[in-house]
Amino acid sequence: MSLTEKQIERYSRHIILEQVGGKGQEKLLRSKVLIIGAGGLGAPAGLYLAAAGVGTIGIVDCDKVDLTNLQRQIIHHTSDVGVEKIKSAENKMRAINPDITVQTYQTRVDAKNISDIIRKYDFVIDGTDNFPAKFLINDACYFEKIPFSHAGILRFHGQLITVLPGETTCYRCIFSAPPPANAVPSCSQAGVLGVLAGVIGSLQATEAIKYLLGLGKLLTGTLLTYDALEMNFRAVKLNRNPNCPLCGGKPKITELKDEEQVVCDLKNCKC
Amino acid sequence: MNLVINGKETNITAGLTVNQLLAQENVQMPDMVSVELNGQILKRTKFDQTILKDDDKVEFLYFMGGGSVSN
Ligand SMILES: [Zn+2]
Repeated sequence: MSLTEKQIERYSRHIILEQVGGKGQEKLLRSKVLIIGAGGLGAPAGLYLAAAGVGTIGIVDCDKVDLTNLQRQIIHHTSDVGVEKIKSAENKMRAINPDITVQTYQTRVDAKNISDIIRKYDFVIDGTDNFPAKFLINDACYFEKIPFSHAGILRFHGQLITVLPGETTCYRCIFSAPPPANAVPSCSQAGVLGVLAGVIGSLQATEAIKYLLGLGKLLTGTLLTYDALEMNFRAVKLNRNPNCPLCGGKPKITELKDEEQVVCDLKNCKC
Repeated sequence: MNLVINGKETNITAGLTVNQLLAQENVQMPDMVSVELNGQILKRTKFDQTILKDDDKVEFLYFMGGGSVSN
């Protein structure tokens, strides 16, 4: 595959980068990234990956756009309220860049469907809002050996880590299981500064592109935490956990299983 | 004695366990926290028995969801 005139123009600011070049851009166009969750984190990740010319972008979500989403989920516009998030996201990504193919999955990932979905992709972005999904993505990516970016945001804080399954620290190395039900703040107690999603989701997209192009040093074995109030980033070194129930020496988890949803049921909770 | 908690030098009373430190540092929801002690994730069942030593490096790591809520 070689770049067309239009593509050389469109991606000129990439191509001019010594570390990317025409070859790198062609590689991006051949790459496949899956974004799970078309919400706060998935929105900037989807927009930037589309703009960057990542050739195939998959997007998984089962929700419709709600008015409360618009404060941070910048891929959705006011006119999209009531529209399926995957449809709304696909429209924006295709509008930015008709070069790319968008695969949509109108579903919630679970232990039965996730492996078949992720298997087709080079890299996965976890943009989900709930712990069962985060553990499921971690486990499924481990079994399928697909690198992924995990992230979370809450109030004025965000964090992310990149996982090369079986090689670097995984989510379960840090948190062996979801928190107990009574420990999780209820919907009304928590909130998030909308722009946090933009900061962290954009960093996830950066990691995806670096992985696809083999550039620089990935955020592996290191949890990057961001405190917006202190305007402080910290890189916390986290070694692999020999007792990890998934990737440790004596794994307890040997097949995919759905974790219990531990807090307010999703139907009443606009996330 | 001195601990480094999430990168900050902190002076604490000697002899505290990890659980006592969580309480003293006003960690609101200890069940939402994973603790790394000197580069190793500490099992939750050991929070009560593990006594902190001078110069220990402690990281409190928090569960975070994605959207508006950490659900
Ligand atoms: Zn692990």
